[in-house]
Order: sequence, then C-alpha cells, then structure tokens
Amino acid sequence: MKQNNMLETVMKYVFMLAAFTSILALLAICYFIFARGLPFMADYGFGQFLFGSKWQPAQEIFGLAPMLIGSLYVTLIAFVLGVPTGVFAAMFMAFYCPPKLHKVLKPAMNLMSGIPSIVFGYFGLQVLVPVIRTFSRSLGIASNGMSIMTAGIILAIMILPTIITMSESSLRAVPKTYYNASVGLGADHDRTSYVIMMPAARSGIFSSIILGIGRAVGETMAVIMVAGNQAIFPRGLFQGARTMTANIILEMAYATGTHQSALIATGAVLFVIILIINGIFAYVKRTGVNY
Amino acid sequence: MSKVLRGFTYFFAAVTFAALVWIIGYVLVSGVPHLTADLFSWKYSTDNVSMMPSIITTIYVIGGSLLLAIPFGVFAGFYLVEYAGKNNKWVEGIRIATDTLTGVPSIVFGLFGMLAFVTAAGFQYSLISGILTSAIMVLPLIIRNTEEALMSVKDNLRQASFGLGAGKLRTIFRIVLPIAMPGILSGIILAVGRIVGETAALMYTLGTSTSLPNSIFSSGRTLALHMFVLSSEGFHRDQANATGVILLLVVLVINGLSTWLSQRFTKGGQN
Repeated sequence: MKQNNMLETVMKYVFMLAAFTSILALLAICYFIFARGLPFMADYGFGQFLFGSKWQPAQEIFGLAPMLIGSLYVTLIAFVLGVPTGVFAAMFMAFYCPPKLHKVLKPAMNLMSGIPSIVFGYFGLQVLVPVIRTFSRSLGIASNGMSIMTAGIILAIMILPTIITMSESSLRAVPKTYYNASVGLGADHDRTSYVIMMPAARSGIFSSIILGIGRAVGETMAVIMVAGNQAIFPRGLFQGARTMTANIILEMAYATGTHQSALIATGAVLFVIILIINGIFAYVKRTGVNY
Repeated sequence: MSKVLRGFTYFFAAVTFAALVWIIGYVLVSGVPHLTADLFSWKYSTDNVSMMPSIITTIYVIGGSLLLAIPFGVFAGFYLVEYAGKNNKWVEGIRIATDTLTGVPSIVFGLFGMLAFVTAAGFQYSLISGILTSAIMVLPLIIRNTEEALMSVKDNLRQASFGLGAGKLRTIFRIVLPIAMPGILSGIILAVGRIVGETAALMYTLGTSTSLPNSIFSSGRTLALHMFVLSSEGFHRDQANATGVILLLVVLVINGLSTWLSQRFTKGGQN
C-alpha cells in the first residue's frame, strides 16, 4: 500500500510536468523568435523596419512595409470572398441541407480541411494562375496570373472549412425552441433561419471568421506558389506581391548574418500579429453566449 | 427577401462544394495517369524522381513525432482533467498556452525549429530537428483531444471505481482511459494528418535531401516537401501531380479513420 501511494504521487508529478510542456514550448518559441528578432529591429530602427518601403537585402535595406501590405491585401481578398461564401454555406449545412445529403457533405468538408496546403497551392499554380492570366488579359491588364487576386482566391477556399465547420456547429447549438417560437409566430423558414437563428449564433460565427483570418495570415506554401512574390507594393489586383510568410521562406535558404536576423524579425512581426488575432478570438469566444 | 437569401444560400453552398470537387478532380485526373511503378522504386535519381524515400521519411517523421507528442500530450490531458482542480490557476495558463500554440502558423514553428534545433542545438537539417519541431506542433492537438475525450467520461464511473477501493492511477488506466481511447486516437490521427501535410515547418528543419536518412542526424524530405520541391523546380510536373494523388489518398484514409473512431466514440460516451 505504501509503495502504491508513492507511485501515485510520482505519477501525479509526471503528469503535471507533461502539462507544463505547452507553456514551456510557447515560452521557448517566444524566446528564440524575439531574442533574434527584437535586437535586430532595435538596431535597424522599428519605424524604418516596419514602414520602410524597400526590401533590398544585398544593400542591407530591410523595409517590411511591402510585405505587410501584401499580407493585408491577400488576407482582405480572402476575407471578402471567403466570409460570405463560408457563412452562407454554413447556413446551408445547418438549416437547408437534407439529412441524406448532409451525410455526404459533412465528411467532404472534413476532407477539405485536411487537404495539405501544398495541394491547394499546386492547384492554384496549375489551374487558377492560367485562368487569372487569361481573364486579366481579356480586361486589357498585363499580368502573368500570379497575383494577389490568385492568392486571395486560394486562401478564400482554404479558410472555408474552418468557417463552415465552426459556424455550423454554433448554428446548430441555438436551441430549437427559438426556431419553433419564430415559426409559430408566422415567420417562414428562411426568415427564421436568417433573422432569428443566425444572429443568435453570431459569436460562434465571428470566432470562426477570426480563426479563418488567422489561418489566412499565417499560410505560407499555398501563397508562395501563386502570389508572384515580388518584394514591392502590389500595383493592382492582378499584380504580384509578397506576404510576410513568403518573405521568410523564400530567403531563409541563403540568408546569413543581418539578412537572416531581418527574416527572423519578419517572423516576430508575423507572430505578434497572430497573437493579437488569437487574443481577439479568445475574447469573442469567451464573451459568447452559452446555451 | 426570403427568396434572395435562399438563393444565396444554395449558390454559395454550391460554390463551396464545386471548388472541392474541382480541386480533387484536378489532382486525380492529372495525377493518376502518371502513377508509374518507377515512382515507387527504392532509389531517387534525377532521371527517376522516386517518391519512395520521401514516403519512408514521412513515416519516420510521423513515428518520431508521435513517440514524443503522445506521452506528453496524453499525460498533460490526464493532469488537466483528472488532477487539477477546477479553480487551479495553472490550468488556465496551460489552456491559454495550448490554445495559443494551436494558432501559431507552421512557418513560425519552422523558424523556431531552425533556430532552436538546427542552429542552437547543432542538429543541422536532420530527422531529429524535424521530429522535434513537428512534435511541438501537434502537441496541442493531442492535449485538446485527450482533454475532451476524458471530460466526456461520466463522473459516476470514476466514483464507482474509487468506491470499490481503486486508486487514482488504476481508475485512470483501467476505467477512464479505455472509454476515452477512441477520442484520444482520433486526436492522434488528426496529428498524423497535420504532419503529412506539413511543409513550411519542415523545410528548414528536416531539410529537403533526396536520399533516405540513414540516422536521426541526417536530412530527408517528406512527401509534401517532395511535391513542393518538384513543383518549384518545374521539370517534373507529371511526377508532382502523381505525388499529389498519394497525398490526397493519405488524407482520405486519415479522415475515414478519424470519422469512424469519433462515431465509435460518441456511441461509447453515451453509456
């Protein structure tokens, strides 16, 4: 019995230590990213780094602004295309889809969220880039098809499963009594779904959108395959740009010294943006209604 | 008004699933004809860009990462659900850290892995650097799923076990764990899926060497990395297409398994 007690105590501490690994891992990530990133930014000047409009590593000029704007534009396009699509599709899944069809579409949605980003990127490169090239040329705009538009469309598709799955489950969590009360008062199915059920699930829908934005900002591989990656301010919807994530992965292979520190600093900025988005997500989720 | 909303609903749902069908259709149609036996030969050469070494490397990375992430993740779940009290302030901290880790983009994991394991620890581009990086990446996934699985086990089962004189450990391993197992397993399978699809976190930790790693300190490339390198080199479009098919098949199998397990799980949890 005595020995058994000791084992119990030992294991309790083993479990506790294991639980602390996630805190430890997070601290280690912060340490390694910021320990190299922050001193560089301090040396180079925070303002010059964040708002500098030229990125020319060979001349030791590191202005991140084009990449910040690149990430912003690409995410914005993904937002404009992906959010309405995702929310309407979630409404379909929750209130319009016949149960038999749902049995097929639900696993399909899970499959979509499991498709590797490299496959999305490859699809974008082989299929979407030529389409965008032809389309923009038909409008009289010179473009090789690799553009913020192409990247935005691919990202919009990639964030759909995140938005749809989470929104659907929060729509389904709205009590059925709301629905019945509304229909009982004479509202039809469409009106009830959109005027009663959707607003009731808004905090879940908002958090799914925030999560989707976070995914779009952090996406790397799919974006570098279709965005063109020029380290300049994007000059139009059908022109190329480079995101922060792309900046890191494209140049890390050969970067050394200050150049490498500048890339790590890019990672630090990206990390802070993601932390802010996560914070907003946690806040929205916590203030949401629980039925 | 109602008509318009209903129209939008059907339209956007159709757009979503059309996109999915288009992507899968494209990968299959362009890739399946190029799935030749040569692509599965044991050696990679510039003439025959075989994917076999990368398939085996992928299995190494998955195995190694799970070997590290499962004990840590599952034990962490035990602590959070079975030991820590509801008002334990550390629990809140651990949950926040876990949630934050879930949202960290793979490129940041990759950057961290490069700085911590490749450079600071001196492992170079190697299997071990890749394994450590992806283990940290999937850890929150396993913790979360374990937590949820354990929480869904009814408390009266634990009380019955305690009442019969079993200790805490015995209760966890004999009573709670078997019931929670399908849920934990489906988390592990999701972790496998995440590793299979990963590129950004592994590119500068595992490296992209074409040969099969002969020790944990040598570099390799996973299937997803293989596909990325092939498509960015641009000489082997057909082979990249074929690799896409294999990746998609793996994802399909993983999804099937996790759906099947979670169905079993919900059945088991209702008792």
